[in-house]
Amino acid sequence: MSGSNMWEAVSGIVRRDLLLAMRRRSDAAMSVFFLVIVVSLFPLGVGPEPAVLRIIGPGVLWVAALLACLLSLGRVFTADYLDGVLEQMVLIPQPLAILVVGKILAHWLISGLPVVLLSPLLGLQFGLSGEPLGVLVMSLLLGTPTLSMIGAIGAALVLGVRGSGLLVALLVLPLYVPILIFGAGAVTSSMAGIGGEANLSLLGACLVLSLFLAPWATAAALRIALE
Amino acid sequence: MSTGINWLKYSSPQAFYPLAGRLIPWFACVAVALMGIGLYMGFFVAPTDFQQGEAYRIIFVHVPAAWMSMFLYVVMAVWAGIGMGLNARLSFMMAQAIAPTGAMFTFLALLTGAMWGKPTWGAWWVWDARLTSELILLFQYAGVMLLRTSIDDMRRADRASAVFALVGVVNVPIIYFSVQWWNTLHQGASVSMATGSKMASTMLTAMLLMTVAFWLYSIAVILARARCIMIERESLPVWDEKAAVIQEAVEAR
Amino acid sequence: MQWGSASEFFAMGGYGLYVWTSFVATALCMVWEVSALWRRRVAARAEQRAALLGGTDETTA
Repeated sequence: MSGSNMWEAVSGIVRRDLLLAMRRRSDAAMSVFFLVIVVSLFPLGVGPEPAVLRIIGPGVLWVAALLACLLSLGRVFTADYLDGVLEQMVLIPQPLAILVVGKILAHWLISGLPVVLLSPLLGLQFGLSGEPLGVLVMSLLLGTPTLSMIGAIGAALVLGVRGSGLLVALLVLPLYVPILIFGAGAVTSSMAGIGGEANLSLLGACLVLSLFLAPWATAAALRIALE
Repeated sequence: MSTGINWLKYSSPQAFYPLAGRLIPWFACVAVALMGIGLYMGFFVAPTDFQQGEAYRIIFVHVPAAWMSMFLYVVMAVWAGIGMGLNARLSFMMAQAIAPTGAMFTFLALLTGAMWGKPTWGAWWVWDARLTSELILLFQYAGVMLLRTSIDDMRRADRASAVFALVGVVNVPIIYFSVQWWNTLHQGASVSMATGSKMASTMLTAMLLMTVAFWLYSIAVILARARCIMIERESLPVWDEKAAVIQEAVEAR
Repeated sequence: MQWGSASEFFAMGGYGLYVWTSFVATALCMVWEVSALWRRRVAARAEQRAALLGGTDETTA
């Protein structure tokens, strides 16, 4: 199959999903709102000392980003599964893994990108500024697509299963651990003056690795779910 | 096959069931015997460690449990992969049979690790690479088992948990590496697992004996569980007992 | 042999609590696993027997 044909398939799916998301804007807004609330709760729970907040800031922001991504995973395939679109996707000539890339990209644009764009503001709440703030945005930019990809595997595995919301969390969160460590580690090491480059490159490596593996695993999981 | 044994013959549940039944007592007996020798060596022959005192004797269960927990996960993933590749029922049943035993050893590794850590490090838990990976491994075992029980359709349950087991195999080494990396950044929190003292050869022998014993125990238990799964799953009757049951039914008339 | 008496053996040089908790927990887990498997096997066979017998004669149940 030619490259342009594949690109058309991916962009077609992305455009469709974005259009659907625009029709139901409140859905996308909810996970962003959730992120802001969770992040704002921590200073209220831990106390307002700027020194403490600066230490816990990167971790809190990253955990909140993880949870926000997790909350929106149910939307990746469920609607298409229920109205039968997914079964059509399995049947069309383009490889399912390519179509899955489109679905994941759309999910990231709807729920990952807003988190990245909002993060400088949330970082300020925790007293981050200057280089660490830049590293935070960069780490989320590299890390959230990986979260979407790993999450898509889990979302496909639990498709149509009872109690899938909680189950997907149990499946996916252990797989998110390396991303959390590298992501929060990048910001922490930048604050410590070592620079976040090493952790950022590891995040990039995770992104590449999951880009190669996750679409295939997700496609396999979707086929299993649709059998 | 050059060995003259048709191994493929045993890839069907019908042939595997009686074979497993014959093998289980052997594995169980040797496991018990080796465990006895290993415990004797560990408690009466191996000397006291001059740095850790008697607390080090925990490693005679801790290290074998930790090794088995990781080894069994890989074996489970291999069976899952074979099942996905060859569409073999038996492979999925083996993967299903391994998960609970693997999870049990992971739990034991964590528990005995805490028991060893408290007197040695002064803390029940540290965020060391091995401990953290072991904890995540436990979560992954739980994920595999929960995913299976949540899906009613057997075929889908087999395949979905196989995919998750395979994805998890990539995850655990990355976690180990990432935590190690993370610990070198946070210098204060890092704890060296290296004890510094050289192990006496009797200590090593005892540990290896216990490891082999745990391994054989695992095989016996997993085969027994696989047999249970076969009875529960296959609508076919239990192959070696069908005749007896029918006989009984006829006599009851 | 490094143990002077039985009490010395159980004390484990002051680490008795840790050492014996580890070993007893491991033993309990294994015993539990084997007994659970035994019960599972008995239950599975009983169920299958019932299914087999149910097909041939209802009164034997």
